[in-house]
Amino acid sequence: MIDTLIQGILLGGYYAVIACGLSFMFSVMRIINLAHGSLAVAAAYGLWLLASRFGISPFAGLLIVLPAMAAIGWLLQRYLLERSARGGALLPILTTFGLAIVIDNLMFEQFGADTRSLAPFIGSLSYDSWELPGGIYVGKLAVMTMATAIALLGGLQLFLSRFALGRAIRATAEDPDTAGLVGIDARKANALAAAIAMVTVGIAGAFLAMRATFDPYSGGPQLLFAFEAAVIGGAGSLWGTLIGGIVLGLAQSLGAKVHPQGFLIGGHVVFLAVLFARLFLVGTPIIGRIGFTKTGFAKIRAAIRSTP
Amino acid sequence: MTAIPNGIIIERWTRSSQLALGSVAVALALFAIAPLTLGAGAIDRLTALFIYVILAAMWNALAGFGGLVSVGQQVFFGLGAYFTIRLADAGLNPFLSLFAAALITGAISLPLSFFMLRLKGGEFAIGMWVISALTHMLVNLDRLIQGETGTSLISLNVYESGTRRVVIYWLALASMAALLGILFALLRSRAGAAIQAIRDNEDAATSLGVRVIATKRLLFVLAAFGIAVAGALWLATSTTFQPKTYFSVQWTAYMIFMVLVGGIGKFEGAILGAVLFFVIETFFGAMGVWYLIGLGATAVLFSLFLPHGLWGEIERRFDVRLLPVGYRLKLPGPTKIQWNQ
Repeated sequence: MIDTLIQGILLGGYYAVIACGLSFMFSVMRIINLAHGSLAVAAAYGLWLLASRFGISPFAGLLIVLPAMAAIGWLLQRYLLERSARGGALLPILTTFGLAIVIDNLMFEQFGADTRSLAPFIGSLSYDSWELPGGIYVGKLAVMTMATAIALLGGLQLFLSRFALGRAIRATAEDPDTAGLVGIDARKANALAAAIAMVTVGIAGAFLAMRATFDPYSGGPQLLFAFEAAVIGGAGSLWGTLIGGIVLGLAQSLGAKVHPQGFLIGGHVVFLAVLFARLFLVGTPIIGRIGFTKTGFAKIRAAIRSTP
Repeated sequence: MTAIPNGIIIERWTRSSQLALGSVAVALALFAIAPLTLGAGAIDRLTALFIYVILAAMWNALAGFGGLVSVGQQVFFGLGAYFTIRLADAGLNPFLSLFAAALITGAISLPLSFFMLRLKGGEFAIGMWVISALTHMLVNLDRLIQGETGTSLISLNVYESGTRRVVIYWLALASMAALLGILFALLRSRAGAAIQAIRDNEDAATSLGVRVIATKRLLFVLAAFGIAVAGALWLATSTTFQPKTYFSVQWTAYMIFMVLVGGIGKFEGAILGAVLFFVIETFFGAMGVWYLIGLGATAVLFSLFLPHGLWGEIERRFDVRLLPVGYRLKLPGPTKIQWNQ
């Protein structure tokens, strides 16, 4: 039982990694990117290609794939999302959904239906574990994922609060027009935010491929997991995403214990239960905004509004 | 046509739209007698076309008029087929089961709407996908379905295959005509004015006292019912039920493609989109994965460069309304403005 709980918590580390890019983009641009999971799988294929064809270890491969993901994020924002967001709130959903179909099927065309994994390329890391007192084993990779999740979320929080660029992104998210008045280029800030989000997606893709197998159509489920973790985490800080990931991981691990098909069912049911509780009992917005305190800009704007 | 002072005319039916309605009636009559002359393959293809029109019209009702983009509508498609299997297994006539299953699915969508309609935008879109994924898993647990192996609608086998094909064709044609008729009537009613007000500007509609949530709920349940009819009919044509095929997000991809290309929020647009999709599928469907890449890319391009779709463009260029659900205003003099824009 304790073993299941620990595995569930560590699994949550992966969900936190894949969810943080989704909720970060939602916080800044109010866009839910439906190609999120597909882009993570695309990054996984990139690493797999580098490893299997050129013998580049997945960790070295990240040095190539992550900048490429950042560039993709920048281009995505500049040429797709920015344009479709002008057509209203619904169009970006359709645009990114179409993009997901294109990415998934291009990958299928290129790599076929076989499932792949990075596990053969990372040596003993894929199965090494530490023994805890009480005969419980924790996988080194799972611990590494969790550590990465914490570092990533902490780094993002630090960047948003302490660095000028991070503050520019927050200001744009709050109010692009006012941010423009103080000399912030909203387009640049959004493109930067998209680039950062895609870097986290690349990292998520790497962990997806190292800890499990993937195929061209794995993107859809990963999008759902990311969305569920982001929603469960809600509350409005990056750390909420970590908690959301852990709750989802726990629900899936416990579900799998109850029934062979319980892994996915457990996750979906807990997600809906949290959503239900939040909508009917608390009544707060379902995805919180990352790194934004409730004071600050919002308070100032409220003060301006109430002035006659 | 109502004339009010200053020479302003409000019109709904124009000569072209009266002609259009007449041609629709003729087309339906021709479709109804078509099986007398068509071969088995053509009958099956036309049945598929009618199902596509239903899917496009229902997704359009939800997204185009209700402003609710869902990527989980396959849940109703799958449930329509699943309940048909269940009811037929319980001994109900398979043809009756098709519609009973759709009614059950519609009934389920009502409580679901109280929950889901509280979500907004992308949250609603993916939330519906989660509902679909969960429902898929739960259907897999049913022993009758045997997990992903699936089962088939065996009770249809008592009918001779020729008769069965034509009956399903007529049922699909009648369902399509009825659902389009219901949607058309709904959009022209008082609720329709509310629906179109929501489509054009939700906040403004709310401030005018439009009951936004109740109106959206109506569309949500109608779309669930219509898509369940489509799923049940699809099951009747293919007879096998594999949960993976019915609960596939691909169905929603098709709906989005048809509506985006045809014209989102335009009654005629969805029909045009379904016909185009049907033609494209007939010619390029065999190309497999490149066909799907093409569909996705086309959807992206339309959403970026032609968000009102082909019908939106036709309306704008040639100023036609074939099946008018709104009104338009004719001003004296050269300028002509339209009610909806």
